[in-house]
Amino acid sequence: MSLDARVRLGLGTFQLDVDFSVGVAQTVALLGPNGAGKTTLLRALAGLVPLDEGRVALDGVALEDTAASIRMSPEHRPIGMVFQEYLLFPHLTALENVAFGLRCRGRPRTQAEREAHGWLGRVGLADCAAKKPGALSGGQAQRVALVRALATSPRLLLLDEPLSALDASARADVRRDLRRHLDSFEGVRLLVTHDPVEALAMADRLIVLEQGRILQAGTASEITERPRSRYVADLVGVNLFRGRATRNQVELAGGGSLAVVEAASGDVFAMIHPRMVSLYRQRPHGTPRNTWPGRARDLDLQGDRVRVRLEGSPSIVAEVTTSAVRELGLDSGEEVWIAVKATEIVVYPA
Amino acid sequence: MRVPNNRSESPLPLPLGLLAGVGAAFFIFPLLGLLVRMPWASAWLKLTSPTALQALRLSLLASLSATALAIALGVPLAWVYARVSFPGRNLLRALTTLPMVLPPVVGGVALLLAFGRRGLIGGWLSDVLGIHLPFTTAGAIMAETFVAMPFLILTVEAGFRSMDPRFEDAARTLGARRWTVLWRVTLPLVRPSLVAGAVLCWARALGEFGATITFAGNFPGTTQTMPLAVYLALETDPDAAIALSLVLLAVSLVVLVALRDRWLGSA
Repeated sequence: MSLDARVRLGLGTFQLDVDFSVGVAQTVALLGPNGAGKTTLLRALAGLVPLDEGRVALDGVALEDTAASIRMSPEHRPIGMVFQEYLLFPHLTALENVAFGLRCRGRPRTQAEREAHGWLGRVGLADCAAKKPGALSGGQAQRVALVRALATSPRLLLLDEPLSALDASARADVRRDLRRHLDSFEGVRLLVTHDPVEALAMADRLIVLEQGRILQAGTASEITERPRSRYVADLVGVNLFRGRATRNQVELAGGGSLAVVEAASGDVFAMIHPRMVSLYRQRPHGTPRNTWPGRARDLDLQGDRVRVRLEGSPSIVAEVTTSAVRELGLDSGEEVWIAVKATEIVVYPA
Repeated sequence: MRVPNNRSESPLPLPLGLLAGVGAAFFIFPLLGLLVRMPWASAWLKLTSPTALQALRLSLLASLSATALAIALGVPLAWVYARVSFPGRNLLRALTTLPMVLPPVVGGVALLLAFGRRGLIGGWLSDVLGIHLPFTTAGAIMAETFVAMPFLILTVEAGFRSMDPRFEDAARTLGARRWTVLWRVTLPLVRPSLVAGAVLCWARALGEFGATITFAGNFPGTTQTMPLAVYLALETDPDAAIALSLVLLAVSLVVLVALRDRWLGSA
């Protein structure tokens, strides 16, 4: 089973323009900041928002194709959707919620309820069948929402922030369960999240979405090792610069330049891990090939290390030990020298 | 210094307190008047007199029919106002809720000019379809619907608006067609508003006077509803008028209590 999607649509001033495929029995996470268009994309795939232009095909069969004027309405698409906040029908019991889709697809009441009972049992909620959603815990509601979506045997499962409605203490357990249930589902799984931990824990592949466009797609390690956006770099906690390389020199788009070891040319990203940034009171001499002055802005204690945001050309985040901070007498507003060895800068094409 | 939070406990300025007292008395004295003058001994006899029973029966029939009609027509209208965006929507909403503030007698005149024998479409209704509305029970029902339906429309529209439309999306992704979504998700979710709107609409219909007497007249048994009977009895049999009034008052009180949580807050 596979999903092929080319989605272009505008909502007001927001433009969504993405093109991607999801393969067999894969969980793909759509990761991105709020307002990136993740939910809109899910709604478009579900048929709740029409495409301006594009094509959505499941196993090669078009659900929507603007060129061929094909548009299957949501109730006819073989999809299941788990909504943010779950949206369980508050006037129906857990059992009736799960049976709802089966009844809509023509099962007689008794059969639908028997099947729904089976689904609830599979996620350990047989006891909760008669409860209304208001009487369920967050984790229970999440499981009811999941089996409600799975009960109609969809071929594409869409999950919109499935864990965001839970408090942090419940999240880890529910995440593990959800991963297990997802792995046993044979269709295509597409998960929307703004939480990188959730994405890394649940998904085989990540698609990073920002401002309606795909910035990067790949496995978790591909993305964290070669971030291609400020958003991902911040998530991973590294410094990311964009610039133009001429052999061993990169002129940065935001000002400043870096000497690097690997020769490159054209538009590149330069990534520097904060631990590889050294700070000095006086201008250092010797091995470091890149030195520039900066001013400390924020000091943020993390365990036995301190993250220091430095303003300069370029601005950069350094991670140093607490003793280094003491020895340097470092404080917000202090002027320091920043040094990064050329060998510690990872350069790759933009 | 005075703590702002204690404002509710601040001493009552005398002029304000006096005016507030007069305001309250203004409502309480008329009600007291009804209770004091109520002919308790003969009340049952008055209420079970043929004229009173006839008016009671007709009032129930007309107000319940008007409510049913208002639900059948008003709920779709409320749905359109809440969900469909079209030019002139606000104007149309204003026109259909105008009877809330329109003097009912003007409403009656307007109904006559539309559905009366020489009205805009009344002539056609009577000549072609043989339907005569003015001065019939159907006319009384129409007059009550005209005046009472706006209450239902506005209440139900607010219900549709406050409902999260994503519940409908969820139903559709589960395979529900639009009609199923409406019956099994939307209407159950707006049921509190629907009930409140219907009760309010019914209470307004029950008390309708001006439009009914203008459009439907005052014929015992066919168009003489309770408020009309009260007005008429005031001349001939004041005790009967008071007894009937008290019945209407009791109904209003029950409606108010039933909708207490909605308008008066549960606190």
